[in-house]
Amino acid sequence: MTMPLLPTSRADAVASAKAFLGAQSRVRPLEIAFWLLAFAALFVGRSHHLLLAEITILALFAVSLDLILGYAGIVSLGHAAFFGLGAYAAGILAQSGHGDPLSGLVVAAGVAAVAGFVSSFLVLRGADLTRLMITLGVASLLYEAANKMDWLTGGADGLQGILIGPLLGRFDFDLYGTTAFAYALGVLFVVMLALRVVVHSPFGHALRAIRDNRLRARAVGIPVERRLVAVYTLSAAIAGLAGALSCQTTAFVSLDVLDFHRSAEVLLVLVIGGSGRLYGAIVGAVVFRFAQDVLSAMTPQYWQFWVGLGLVILVLIGRDRLDDLGRAIVARILPARRSPEGTP
Amino acid sequence: MTLALETIGLKKTFGGLTATNDVHLRLEKGARHALIGPNGAGKTTLINLLTGVLAPSAGQIRLDGVEIGGMGVEARVRRGLGRTFQINQLFPDLTPIETVALAVSERSGRGGDWWRRVGTRGAVLDEVVDVLERFGLTERMREPTRTLPYGKQRLLEIAVALATKPRVLLLDEPAAGVPEGERHEILEAVEALPKDVTVVLIEHDMDMVFRFAERITVLVAGAVLTEGTVAEISDDPRVRAVYLGEG
Ligand SMILES: Nc1ncnc2c1ncn2[C@@H]1O[C@H](COP(=O)(O)OP(=O)(O)OP(=O)(O)O)[C@@H](O)[C@H]1O
Ligand SMILES: [Mg+2]
Repeated sequence: MTMPLLPTSRADAVASAKAFLGAQSRVRPLEIAFWLLAFAALFVGRSHHLLLAEITILALFAVSLDLILGYAGIVSLGHAAFFGLGAYAAGILAQSGHGDPLSGLVVAAGVAAVAGFVSSFLVLRGADLTRLMITLGVASLLYEAANKMDWLTGGADGLQGILIGPLLGRFDFDLYGTTAFAYALGVLFVVMLALRVVVHSPFGHALRAIRDNRLRARAVGIPVERRLVAVYTLSAAIAGLAGALSCQTTAFVSLDVLDFHRSAEVLLVLVIGGSGRLYGAIVGAVVFRFAQDVLSAMTPQYWQFWVGLGLVILVLIGRDRLDDLGRAIVARILPARRSPEGTP
Repeated sequence: MTLALETIGLKKTFGGLTATNDVHLRLEKGARHALIGPNGAGKTTLINLLTGVLAPSAGQIRLDGVEIGGMGVEARVRRGLGRTFQINQLFPDLTPIETVALAVSERSGRGGDWWRRVGTRGAVLDEVVDVLERFGLTERMREPTRTLPYGKQRLLEIAVALATKPRVLLLDEPAAGVPEGERHEILEAVEALPKDVTVVLIEHDMDMVFRFAERITVLVAGAVLTEGTVAEISDDPRVRAVYLGEG
């Protein structure tokens, strides 16, 4: 150690920096409350479990998009490509007699990851518009390929004869969707645990740096291309997980999993929930599905109109202002809390 | 002795415009070198060529005797070529801690670690704090960069460049836009850079240049007008003409 004039102040600064970084990744009470609530839902309201499973899978899909959009700043209009690949991989595997859910999940993630890795090189360069077009193009290509290769995918009729085995060899997928919900929630939970480490790691920070200023990111020594390839691959793998879950919990896969509306929908979910914060994806998925249900019950013909209108308003008001509003409301409801380590 | 940085016949054209014209630079290790010239002389372009942001139309670039002209930006940074930007290029949403930690992590080869939190390994944070302290940035190191006063952001520009442990550091008008009263803070920080780092300073303020530099290269219309010691340059009538002509 060199001889600092004020050893304590330097040590203080290091401790302060450490505390700051620690606080950033600390588990928040709201987070714990959320998971308790989510897992508690497994034991009540059986009739809603199918819907909850669906929401959970949508949330997982949105989380995967958040990784590239919210953290690395890669816009995509074709993320369904990886969702769909995951779904077909799991479906074809189950169809051919390998119905074990967990191993199907792993294979699906692997297939999607390979596709993500290969196509990542296409989105490395170019502005947002280029990327929108490329991701859209890749997804359309896959859609058409799946359509044409009906010997493998069942074409427009979808995959027939998918038989999913019991989860962990014990829990059969039931009609209410309780197993499906537990399974999807478990996967989402594990992925979130992993991702909250990733986003606070040097790798995660490098992604934010690339998103914020690519020129400086390079000047800092960040190998931009390598990081983007890695995150795109990871994101594709997670989207593949979501696709596989969707296949396994419904025992059905059709061309719909690769459809454009899926890519648009997941983008919408992220816009609603807020990007670059992981949990925004979950909030977005919940809000989106409930809005969809409520609106379609009220106006079966025009619910998409209302979703669209809501979206326009959301974008006009701006995410940040909405967050401030949310925070203000929370501050009102919760009594003002003093920070326990409040000594200055 | 190998030169810290050398360019041979470096040239860059933008369409019909020659922004860099047959530039030969020779910098010795630990040199304090200034690069001056009127607006549009091609100073920033030269830095962009050196660092790999732009590809030269012709010529060679050697860092410690090794040809780096074909390398990418990051590879040059890893080899010890650091820079700052004339216009702030920072991460608005990241704090100074996070910004500098990025540079330290990448330099120590841990930038790809995804399985652990930033700052949990070895002496990364000690190094981050050392760098921030050197530039008087510890006080507001926990706030997003966009909220820092402009002068502090200029200092962070240098801090993050230094955190990559460059052997050659290129400073593109580090005091640009900083109000008169705060310029001395930047100059002091530049003067206090480690002695073993070779520093190239681009600056319009002649007082600052004369105080800092041992040798000066004058660039006009992309070409080297002259190169020499501070005394030689300040007495050169051609240099005066260029600057008087400037206004
Ligand atoms: N990417 C580019 N494309 C086309 N022309 C460019 C480009 N970059 C710079 N130029 C031109 O090259 C010339 C040199 O510009 P440069 O920015 O290097 O000047 P400078 O010496 O840094 O000036 P200043 O003191 O104003 O910063 C200018 O005429 C500029 O317009
Ligand atoms: Mg310039």
